[in-house]
Amino acid sequence: MSEQTANKSAASNSAAAKAKQKPIYLDYSATTPIDERVVTEMLKYMGPDSHFGNPASRSHSFGWDAEAAVEEARKQVADLVGANPKEIVFTSGATESDNLAIKGVAHFNQKRGKHIVTCKTEHKAVLDSCRQLEREGYEVTYLDPMPNGLIDLKVFEDALRDDTTLVSIMHVNNEIGVIQDIAAIGRICRDRKIIFHVDAAQSAGKVDINLDVLPVDLMSFSAHKIYGPKGIGALYVQRKPRVRLEAQMHGGGHERGMRSGTLATHQIVGMGEAFRIAKQEMTAENERLLKLRNKLYDGVKDIEEVYVNGDMEHRIAGNLNISFNYVEGESLLMALNNLAISSGSACTSASLEPSYVLRALGRNDELAHSSIRFTIGRYTTEEEIDRAIENIRVAVEKLRNLSPLWDMYKEGIDLNSIEWAAH
Amino acid sequence: MAYGEKVLDHYENPRNVGSFENANNVGTGMVGAPACGDVMKLQIKVNDNGVIEDAVFKTYGCGSAIASSSLLTEWVKGKTLAEARQIKNTQIAEELALPPVKIHCSVLAEDAINAAIADYQKKQTI
Repeated sequence: MSEQTANKSAASNSAAAKAKQKPIYLDYSATTPIDERVVTEMLKYMGPDSHFGNPASRSHSFGWDAEAAVEEARKQVADLVGANPKEIVFTSGATESDNLAIKGVAHFNQKRGKHIVTCKTEHKAVLDSCRQLEREGYEVTYLDPMPNGLIDLKVFEDALRDDTTLVSIMHVNNEIGVIQDIAAIGRICRDRKIIFHVDAAQSAGKVDINLDVLPVDLMSFSAHKIYGPKGIGALYVQRKPRVRLEAQMHGGGHERGMRSGTLATHQIVGMGEAFRIAKQEMTAENERLLKLRNKLYDGVKDIEEVYVNGDMEHRIAGNLNISFNYVEGESLLMALNNLAISSGSACTSASLEPSYVLRALGRNDELAHSSIRFTIGRYTTEEEIDRAIENIRVAVEKLRNLSPLWDMYKEGIDLNSIEWAAH
Repeated sequence: MAYGEKVLDHYENPRNVGSFENANNVGTGMVGAPACGDVMKLQIKVNDNGVIEDAVFKTYGCGSAIASSSLLTEWVKGKTLAEARQIKNTQIAEELALPPVKIHCSVLAEDAINAAIADYQKKQTI
């Protein structure tokens, strides 16, 4: 290697090292790392010297051991949410669980009716499953939430019809972290004998769930949102009264025919362990997360023109979604490149549409474009929150100095009074 | 989204950020809309020979929009109005290596310089 190229590669190495400096992870609602304790359990079901068998193999101990592990995990998942293990169907994740629940129930009950009620702020796995059913001739009502993100029960009840067979409402919203009153919604559904599905991907392990008493028929879970592995989830399918659905995946008749496919033992064991830990540590963890979240909010709330998106009371501990008015979200993400966070700005997606969740709350486009989601989790430290606050304050000031809208706001010009050329 | 080096450079060290007092030799172009996520304000100061002797900008928008307007202020300085009008969005997009979803940022920059020139010329005819 010549000296020149050596220098060049040394320079690019140091640039790479700088780029590799680990950002502070504040995107726990996107995914979480796998807890070390979970990794340890999973490894017992992978290598040649492990219990690697197929849980469906009935003729040898490899299969029996794997089956025992799957059943233990099923119990651990059920225990966190107050269900019977027989009511837990393993899937590849919450998206598959949502698809199975919504399409499975709609198809099974199509002779009873073809109307479904859901909300505009649902996850795309729910909304797109509903869109597919619309293409098949079903009718779907997409409810507007109140400006705080919660569903108005009166509006909800008014949307129900005689031919409504299914309601799908998420427990906790992924963007704004608000907690819906699923007990109240479920009671209304029960009275009318409508099947109620809840996407709980963002709530399991964060909010108390007791399906023994909750009037919920189907509930979707994900492992990777609570320190388990990606690629595994579950659907709770109530047994008494029995909820029936049409399978989406056909094959060996696994999971009582509701979801065929060889059970991913190591993933399932990981999910079980993650749910076991969540049950044990949730209360203490929530207390800690709430302190950190409040610290973060207290550190930025005195900045001018800052708006919290979504209700602050009915909200999980780890979520803070804020709009920094007159600062565009993607440029803020760039300025905060040492924070791993996400934005509702259109510029972070290819669609050029700002967050549909914030739009559904009635937020104007500017505030939707200016929103940032911070989600805090198990490995977040107080020191990281301190650094985040400092970075946010510097970045917002820098970008407002660059912003013509900020100047206009400061001069007292009403931005709505200007005729903008939309493009 | 990963950014090119030139976008990052202009974003980290934006050139010619600021505003001019309104005057007869100043042209102001403001384009875009808050609802779309980007608004660019470009101002030029034109001397008696019809040459742009100074330019400043303020932009609300993504990193590519900020970089496009920053680059534009560098390019227009020292140019005549006719020369400045020749600047095309494709040149800006090429210089900054903008990905397809960010091409509209360079279009906005082209609109901004044309709007600033038009504003200046309108002032001269009054």
